[in-house]
Amino acid sequence: MSGNDLTQLGFYLLVLLLCVKPLGNYMASVLEGRRTSTLERGLYRLAGVNPDQGMTWKVYAAAFLAFNALGVLAVYSILRLQHLLPLNPQGFGALEPHTALNIAISFATNTNWQNYGGESTLSYFTQMVGLTVQNFVSAASGLAVVAALARGLASKNSESIGNFWADLVRGTLYILLPLSAILAIFLVSQGVIQNLDGYVPVADSKRVLPMGPAASQVAIKQLGTNGGGFFNVNSAHPFENPTALSNFFQVLSILLIPAALCVTFGRMVNDNRQGWALLAAMVLIFVPLLLIEAQVEVGNMEGKEVRFGTTNSALWAVATTAASNGSVNAMHDSFTPIGGLIPMFLMQLGEVVFGGVGSGLYGMVVFAIIAVFLAGLMVGRTPEYLGKKIEAFEMKMASIAILVPPVCVLLGTAISVVTPMGLSGLQDRGAHGFSEILYAFSSMGNNNGSAFGGYGANNPLVNLTGGVAMFFARYWVAWPVLAIAGSLARKKTVPVGPGTLPTHTPLFVGLLVGAVLIVGVLAFIPALALGPIVEALQ
Amino acid sequence: MGITMIRAALTTFLTLTVLTGVIYPLAITGIAKLVFPAQATGSLIVENGKVRGSNLIGQSFEDPKYFWSRLSATSLEPYNPASSSGSNYGPHHPDLKKAMEARRAALQALDPRNPPPIDLLTASASGLDPHITPAAAAYQAARVARVRNLSLDRVYQLIAEHSTGRAWGILGEPAVNVVQLNRALDR
Repeated sequence: MSGNDLTQLGFYLLVLLLCVKPLGNYMASVLEGRRTSTLERGLYRLAGVNPDQGMTWKVYAAAFLAFNALGVLAVYSILRLQHLLPLNPQGFGALEPHTALNIAISFATNTNWQNYGGESTLSYFTQMVGLTVQNFVSAASGLAVVAALARGLASKNSESIGNFWADLVRGTLYILLPLSAILAIFLVSQGVIQNLDGYVPVADSKRVLPMGPAASQVAIKQLGTNGGGFFNVNSAHPFENPTALSNFFQVLSILLIPAALCVTFGRMVNDNRQGWALLAAMVLIFVPLLLIEAQVEVGNMEGKEVRFGTTNSALWAVATTAASNGSVNAMHDSFTPIGGLIPMFLMQLGEVVFGGVGSGLYGMVVFAIIAVFLAGLMVGRTPEYLGKKIEAFEMKMASIAILVPPVCVLLGTAISVVTPMGLSGLQDRGAHGFSEILYAFSSMGNNNGSAFGGYGANNPLVNLTGGVAMFFARYWVAWPVLAIAGSLARKKTVPVGPGTLPTHTPLFVGLLVGAVLIVGVLAFIPALALGPIVEALQ
Repeated sequence: MGITMIRAALTTFLTLTVLTGVIYPLAITGIAKLVFPAQATGSLIVENGKVRGSNLIGQSFEDPKYFWSRLSATSLEPYNPASSSGSNYGPHHPDLKKAMEARRAALQALDPRNPPPIDLLTASASGLDPHITPAAAAYQAARVARVRNLSLDRVYQLIAEHSTGRAWGILGEPAVNVVQLNRALDR
């Protein structure tokens, strides 16, 4: 890497870390209900919701699931009825049931795995009313769950972990919408298209230039860690990401909210140091992997754009897989073997290094619970986190939350590699072919959404197993997390004593990093050895 | 509690759908068309009322009198703007090497001097990359000057006019817009 490459990476980290505190504090004020508006109050009145009425964790989880189920149903219906709906200048037809189901689950679960090419499959109505909406509300759902978890940790002897509707609406109105509007307008200034015109024919040729409301969707796809591209090649497309500046602000937006939420968390549990410790653990895993990625991709321009070069492609690949974003500005399938391994491994860590909006942080808090438990075992201390005793119930729930995604990934991969349909979409054979399948399920089984694009995954088998993987990875993690929140809220706070392991120290950050890496390595080294590691040795 | 929950879920879903799926994208479309009309509609190249392409979307140039673009793996044909795609070849895929060797041979038949820059031998991520590196432009400059009977200085001047540096002096990579450069050569 050259000096400029390091400067670009350093500048990125600097700007990101400078944004973390102001945005984190602002988000805390939103999630604590300190901002309000006529629009918000009107919305509650219409819905018959009292935002100050607390919910038990079971009611909260039921509301979360009911709302998400509506999302799946709505997107599925829109995709199946696309040919009958408006704003379809290219006259795209309805999608196959298995394809539509996969897309519906994909967008409701904040995964945005894409088994279609946007510009050749979806109408503007589908993109706006179907997908853009899910980009917002799936991210807001993640925000809600992490807010509930923070409340569970902060409150004493309480049954309530907050009101789901209030968290959902506030996150959408005061965090996601304003940030998206600003980013969208900036992106248009750089050349990202935003219109409702039909595709434009190029004179004296058979060619047509695709059009559509791209900027409004691209903005939220980055900020909400969704990642679903308007076009087939996502943010590698010049209409989706035309300049170095559009690229910088998009890749900044990928990690912006997940990183700032650490500060929000610290504020909500009344101990800012706790948030910084979680952020430090994330940065400690992120930076070394980023440097390796940028180094191994030097000189590899296959599947990369000239305006970004290898360094910005490597930065994006690491950011998008550290967060559960999944948008791309380069084709990961054509990365060097180690360059492909790192994004895969970041997803396999459970999307907790920054991770998705909300989901990354609640995943990391689950690992913090695992870490205090491990530390407790090692030194004979009672495990406590933020003054709450960690007991059998919390450990059971935490174990479910960290084990469900690896099970989805490994079972999904196994099913695909032993069935003709699972193998039918492969472009490469041998080790790289295995990597393509492992990447696909690492992505879906951790709600990321990026892909090794050579793997043609639009067939009933992969759509359905992948759909199940995305579903479980989202809800079978969120549900136990809400259960932990409810159980912790009910407990009293234990005063800090000589037996308490402080969870804001460098020692604990090291323990936390260790817990994340050990779980990831134990689960995935055998599979990685068959794919990218063999390739690297070839 | 059942009915209250269903009402809350349905109403919240519908109102948020209208807000984020209708009002938000339409408002952005309105502002975009007002403030950045050219960018919002695709930075089109319009000549005598006819659309000739977009400044942002690469095109295929195979004639020796033009600067060649990068390889493109879009479906049906290279540089098909309606179907963006990379090659997605794995790093050891045999066809990747074949494509690079074929391109290298074609370039070196015209410019036998030195090994071509890597971006001319590889397919872009989008298949629609409008840019080549300054090194790739410099590599082809002598050939274009020769075929067109232009001075090398004039060709370099045109390259400079259609080059962009790093944003803020730091971000991204220097690039030459092949679509604009080749149009300037034809003028």
